[in-house]
Amino acid sequence: MRPMTDGPQMARIDPKGTRLKYRMERLMLTPLFRFSLRVVLPFTLAAGSVGLWFSSDSNREAFGAMVNDVRATIESRPEFQVNLMAVDGASDVVAAAVREELSITFPISSFDLNLEELQDTIASLDPVKQAEVRIRQGGVLHVDITERRPSVLWRGQDGLQLLDAKGILVGPAAARAQYAQLPVIAGEGAEDAVAEALRLYAVTGPIRSRLRGFERMSARRWDVVLDRDQRIMLPDTGAVQALERIIAMDQAVDMLSRDLTVVDLRLPRRPTIRMSQNATQEMWRIKAIEAGGVQKQ
Amino acid sequence: MIELYESQRAMRNMRKAAMQRGVVAILDVGSSKIACLVLRFDGTDPSEEGIGSLAGQSGFRVIGAATTRSRGVRFGEIHSMSETERAIRTAVQAAQKMAGIRVDHVIACFSGAGPRSYGLAGNVEVQGVTVDEQDVARVLSACDVPDYGHGREVLHAQPVNFALDHRSGLIDPRGQIGNELSCDMHMLTVDAQSIQNLAHCVKRCDLELAGLASSAYASGIAALVEDEQELGAACIDMGGGATGVSIFIKKHMIFADSVRMGGDHVTQDISMGLQVPTATAERIKTFYGGVHATGMDDREMIETGGETGDWEHDRRTVSRAELIGIMRPRVEEILEEVKARLDAAGFEHLPSQKIVLTGAASQIPGLDGLASKMLGQQVRLGRPLRVHGLPQAATGPGFASAVGLCLFAAHPQDEWWDFEVPVDRYPARSLKRAVQWFRENW
Repeated sequence: MRPMTDGPQMARIDPKGTRLKYRMERLMLTPLFRFSLRVVLPFTLAAGSVGLWFSSDSNREAFGAMVNDVRATIESRPEFQVNLMAVDGASDVVAAAVREELSITFPISSFDLNLEELQDTIASLDPVKQAEVRIRQGGVLHVDITERRPSVLWRGQDGLQLLDAKGILVGPAAARAQYAQLPVIAGEGAEDAVAEALRLYAVTGPIRSRLRGFERMSARRWDVVLDRDQRIMLPDTGAVQALERIIAMDQAVDMLSRDLTVVDLRLPRRPTIRMSQNATQEMWRIKAIEAGGVQKQ
Repeated sequence: MIELYESQRAMRNMRKAAMQRGVVAILDVGSSKIACLVLRFDGTDPSEEGIGSLAGQSGFRVIGAATTRSRGVRFGEIHSMSETERAIRTAVQAAQKMAGIRVDHVIACFSGAGPRSYGLAGNVEVQGVTVDEQDVARVLSACDVPDYGHGREVLHAQPVNFALDHRSGLIDPRGQIGNELSCDMHMLTVDAQSIQNLAHCVKRCDLELAGLASSAYASGIAALVEDEQELGAACIDMGGGATGVSIFIKKHMIFADSVRMGGDHVTQDISMGLQVPTATAERIKTFYGGVHATGMDDREMIETGGETGDWEHDRRTVSRAELIGIMRPRVEEILEEVKARLDAAGFEHLPSQKIVLTGAASQIPGLDGLASKMLGQQVRLGRPLRVHGLPQAATGPGFASAVGLCLFAAHPQDEWWDFEVPVDRYPARSLKRAVQWFRENW
């Protein structure tokens, strides 16, 4: 005898429920509606309430003040303070110039330092070839400077100035005597041809004691100026070879020690010399004696 | 002819839309329960490459199932609109909840509404050398439609058989060479009002009707195995308020009818005979029912129970033999009625006379023995086919028509309205007609 147990296999629900409930349940099973209820609605609510709160001026200001406060407290922490500046690889003059240029009042927060800008500022100084700025541990603003090496003295409109090997201005020179081993250049466009001047200077070994400087003529070619107002005019191409020839001539026949004012090598195939007035007169006299003529006194 | 099928065509389009959305609900509106299954189609259409895996059922899966006690349905017809609507709503709601998805399209079946079968025949000359779709459409429209009466609606109209010249039994005559094409068609008409009532109920539930089927047909699809459908068999779907009869041969339904009696009448008899409430009678029927009394049954006493407070009344007992004595005449009456329907359909002339009993009322113990005495020797009890994802609770014979409706939804048989409208019935301005004219004259 089977027992009369309750409950058939699938629950036979008696018909119940209102139409409204049915519709609500169907609506809740609609994917789009569920998505909008789960995602769109909370998002909209949150965005709307935040927007509403921000729409009042005092709230906005209070929020801005709070953000600034937090920012200030973080920035003023000792971990972020920079207390002093160290300048490396620069002479005292340049270091002083750097300090003056940056003019930072310490202590300062490292958030307020724009290192790239500082670096550009320092690099824009004349004697500075390269600058590297970083904040070292311990709150030190470290400035590494590579200075430009002066290679020539340039006598321009503003007086005597120092240029490096590339013709870039290093700084003013107080006196010629301070930089005795540097050559002097002058003339129109001299600063653009510093490299050539240096090559010329390198070959002037035997006559260096007499060398006064190099003068750029017409921004095109060099004149070598020696003492006793002597001048060697070099061509605009092959100037170094021409100068070497002159020196060779000098060593052979002792040319430059004679009484001449200009050695003209502008046409390299036809060296020309210009003698001084006295020498010319003297030559004419000797020629006359040689010719046996009456000496005119 | 064209306007007759417009609603059916509209339902077909709705079904296509539902298949595209991938979710469709199955609604079996029965007299004792309303079952709702939610199907999900995964987009694979096995019809393109033969029968496909799992006998073509791999294309869908049952993701929600619910039943509810049916109220307002009698004899398989809607009796009270609002109560039926509420019951449908409850079933759909529970099934939706289980599936976790909203369903908008529903395919429904019902057992009552006085189905009537008609055999139609049509004959037409093939226009070209080979039979093409237009010829099939013409032969279908050439079928002479009987006067099935006012207030009736065609529920199924399926071409069952095609014959080309002297060769009969063709399933698909397209592409074959012949002169004369004839076809046999089975048409099932039902009461138009009950269809309208059901459509209205479904519409009031915010659902779209994507198909309608006779429950006898649906349970035949589900309960008959393939060779029974092929060789010829009758499916008897014993429901609560109506018993459906359908005859299949060559995988087509050729006859359907319904007897307006079922398990509820047995319950009523018990209730009246034993003087117990209907609910108790239903319980007694399901637990102790039977149709064959033995000597043992005389000694087996059943407490009828009761809550009246009258001790004598509440302590009554009946023997199981008495219960069987009440049930058996009614079951016999139903089977006799079924026998009459089968005889009227000419079932005895079929090559195979297999009878399959299904439906919830077929679970009465000993029914197969009784039925084989009354209907013929080849009787078996049928359960619906197993489909993907169907809960264990919904695999009983009572769900044969719901499962059959699933198969119907996945692979509907060709109906009259699935074929093209023949060219000469198109409106005069039709481009196709112009093309046809050019083809004939140039």
